[in-house]
Amino acid sequence: MQFFFKTTYDQDLRLIQHRGQLIAYLLLLGALAAAPLLLSSYLQSQFVFVFIYAIVGVALMILTGFTGQGSLGHAAFLAIGAYTTAYLQSKGVPFAGAGLFALDLNLPWLGPGKLWLPHLGYFLWAGLLTGIIGAIVGFPALRLHGIYLLIATISFAFIVEEILARWESVTHGNEGLRVRALQAWGVEIPTNQVSFYYLCLAVLVLVIIGTLNLMRSPTGRAFIAIRDSETAAKSMGIDIAAYKVKSFAISAAITGLAGSLYAHKLSFISPEMFTLLLSIEFVMVIIIGGAIGLHGAVLGAIFIVMVDPLLTWVKDDVPSLAAGIANVLGLGAGRAQALEQSLNSIASAAGLKGAIYGVIIMLFILFEPMGLYGRWLKIKLFFQLFPLYKRASFKRQKTYVKTERNR
Amino acid sequence: MSFFRVDGVSLQFGGLKAVDNVSFAVNEGEIFTIIGPNGAGKTSIFNLISRLYDPSAGHLYFGDRDITALPAHTIAKMGIARTFQNIELFENATLLANLLVGRHCHTRTRLWQELLFLPTVKRAERQHRAKVEEVIDLLELQAYREKIISGLPYGVRKVTELARALCSEPKLILLDEPSSGLNVEETDDMSFWIRDIKNELGITVLMVEHDMTLVNRVSDRVLALNYGRVLASGTPAEVQSHPDVIAAYLGT
Amino acid sequence: MLDFIQQLVSGIALGCVYGLIALGFVLIYKATEVVNFAQGDLMMLGGFFAYTFISLLGLGYWWGFLLAVLSMGLFGMLIERLLVRPILGYPQFAIVMATIGLGYFLRSAAGMIWGTDDLKIDNPFASGVIRIGNLVLAHDKLSVIVATLILCATLYLFFNQTRLGTAMRATSENMLAAYYMGIPVKRVVSLIWAISAMVAACAGVLLAPITFIHTNVGLALGLKAFPAAVLGGFGSIPGALAGGVIIGVIETMAGFYLPAGWKDVAPYLVLLGVLLLRPEGLFGMVARKKV
Repeated sequence: MQFFFKTTYDQDLRLIQHRGQLIAYLLLLGALAAAPLLLSSYLQSQFVFVFIYAIVGVALMILTGFTGQGSLGHAAFLAIGAYTTAYLQSKGVPFAGAGLFALDLNLPWLGPGKLWLPHLGYFLWAGLLTGIIGAIVGFPALRLHGIYLLIATISFAFIVEEILARWESVTHGNEGLRVRALQAWGVEIPTNQVSFYYLCLAVLVLVIIGTLNLMRSPTGRAFIAIRDSETAAKSMGIDIAAYKVKSFAISAAITGLAGSLYAHKLSFISPEMFTLLLSIEFVMVIIIGGAIGLHGAVLGAIFIVMVDPLLTWVKDDVPSLAAGIANVLGLGAGRAQALEQSLNSIASAAGLKGAIYGVIIMLFILFEPMGLYGRWLKIKLFFQLFPLYKRASFKRQKTYVKTERNR
Repeated sequence: MSFFRVDGVSLQFGGLKAVDNVSFAVNEGEIFTIIGPNGAGKTSIFNLISRLYDPSAGHLYFGDRDITALPAHTIAKMGIARTFQNIELFENATLLANLLVGRHCHTRTRLWQELLFLPTVKRAERQHRAKVEEVIDLLELQAYREKIISGLPYGVRKVTELARALCSEPKLILLDEPSSGLNVEETDDMSFWIRDIKNELGITVLMVEHDMTLVNRVSDRVLALNYGRVLASGTPAEVQSHPDVIAAYLGT
Repeated sequence: MLDFIQQLVSGIALGCVYGLIALGFVLIYKATEVVNFAQGDLMMLGGFFAYTFISLLGLGYWWGFLLAVLSMGLFGMLIERLLVRPILGYPQFAIVMATIGLGYFLRSAAGMIWGTDDLKIDNPFASGVIRIGNLVLAHDKLSVIVATLILCATLYLFFNQTRLGTAMRATSENMLAAYYMGIPVKRVVSLIWAISAMVAACAGVLLAPITFIHTNVGLALGLKAFPAAVLGGFGSIPGALAGGVIIGVIETMAGFYLPAGWKDVAPYLVLLGVLLLRPEGLFGMVARKKV
């Protein structure tokens, strides 16, 4: 059994509580840093998607997990970040750097002209613009709760998708935009290179640290207060409106940064890549990962991104594997053949991915509502308390519906 | 200019007058109790002071400031804290986190500083924690610091409500039925703490209570309400012997 | 002017389908405060069941309709038993995601079982029209409107006038208290899911002549029915119908009078506008916690 004796307040404030944690995280970082040198380029590419999804997962955790504002519209924020990237890139702005760029405007009375704006690279502009739009979305969302807020975010996402498809002068509509390789301070980082992998990993680590800093300060506590009891939060002096808008803005800004990386990863973006289904995938990240901590966002991202390779493996290898096992178990060649064929037909049926997604979500919510991180915490507790772990430690109490309409 | 004044305040919900032309003044450093049967409008007055409701008539004054139209979140910063009758704690957070939220009106750090967790923020966090620990020591909540609220017994949650209100270092504290649901021993502790709040911390207490023993033990002045209207006001002895109050509330 | 009325009737008919799906949402919400994102997919499944009974088994339109509705009722109870009952009382967000997962599963499973082509069923409404002067009103659209009105009226009376309806409303407010009061909560919840699935099945069968039966019809319509339910204020049966009709009419009118692309966005813009002014929807009740 482990017990940590605290002697100073700083020990509670620290990000890493004790040396064991530090070593574990350093090992993890080391493994992730060494991964591209050891893995195939396909897996390396999937890891990049994991990092991007994890960044959005963290953003969604801030808004939904910590502030309690459900959102099914984060694909729209990702799209705004991605399109800002593509648009500014076409204006000659680098990923990171400093300088000026010009917007061509056609104002009603003043006629055509150029508006010169400063930039520190389109990466930060993507975050900034998406954050501003997030704040704008936050204002009408102030009075909406629960299901109404979800629908409002869905509506917002649809409208953004439509705008992206119609505003052809900027976005090329449904034809899509090509995104060229990343250029930062004169250095070019093509997307399939190891350096892009490290860039995404670095962004993820910085975003996680920033969020952890946020959550251990007054603003983070205010977010949690808003989630749990708005009335009490008001009485404690928390300006609900201001903090909700801040939460939306921060969440959107981080998603915008992820959008910039996403645009580079895909190297071609079009409006129909940012649909409601993508927003649902992001929410699945935090539900499967567990909406209790940032670890959940990362675990969920790993899971969601790895479903595809898993399915490919199932389609290709499992039928023959199952037939092989059947053979070994002595069921006879005919039966093994039939097994392989039926598994093949199930695996190649269109829509299997959707069915598996659906079943996985339902199973997680039914049996593991705390998600993968929750399961990890339970396992850790088992080892920490060994051999005194009580089997009923996490036995779920029967829950009853209590209306959430009165908050 | 009195410390806190309620001036002809009324609150109407459609046809129902919850508070009907109530006026009273609270002096600095005293313990002022409001009594009355259920539905008399006591908690409604508290909600008016906390600015969770808007009065349909009348004014509220804190010092020389008219607080009648201020938004709810500005009240804490002015130095008014409150507890809730039906506990409004943050159920999924630890007790420590709840108390730290009570310090929110003293936040001096900005968002960008917090994102980087600059030394300013760290120092501020240590100060907040030190202040919270003072309150924990006063109310003897040390054993429950890291426990999640939803797992705590009712008596402890009541005390946590009080602790959270104290953490904001208020000048005026509103206690809504502090002893409801507490047993005799816990009510004794509560009466000692209320007197400590007045004597040691110098905080003025405005209280709603049903337990007349507690009222007699700690109050300096009492106000009796019924159907939203004032029945009597004065020292505990005066109010308790007032015929209207006996008829409406206390019985013989 | 004629065009306007023509489009209006089309819009009302479409709106009635939205309204029926929205009605399904509202029913389940009223009884258990669960938002069932899979409602549109239940409608799709109802259509497929009807196809199976009418076309594959050759039972004729009305018998097939009835069997489809009844079997969907049973299916609704099955879903409630397996998926919903264990998770009642969880935070709303989790339940919503569970129903989204259910929707994914139903769509894919339907695609695997019945294939992904558009399917048709023989029905008595397909070609008939009523002529009023120069106005041509198709039977299939009228049937939708009439059926919706009948269903809505019946369900509204059921919820407000009968004891069972009151029991359902009590269950969603405070289930533990409902248990204590002797309300057979599990049976009530099963029943409401059955009714909701049956309403969805009706919508699916009535819609079949207009849009054909295929796996994505549920998602597309469900996503439009949502704004309808929210517009009407979640929790109000006439509100669901009103919201549906408003959305249907706006969508049809926008498609006819405005340039391309507005058709899909207009309902959402209207919804956001309404929510800005009235966050609880048109007929929703404002509720605030008393502290």
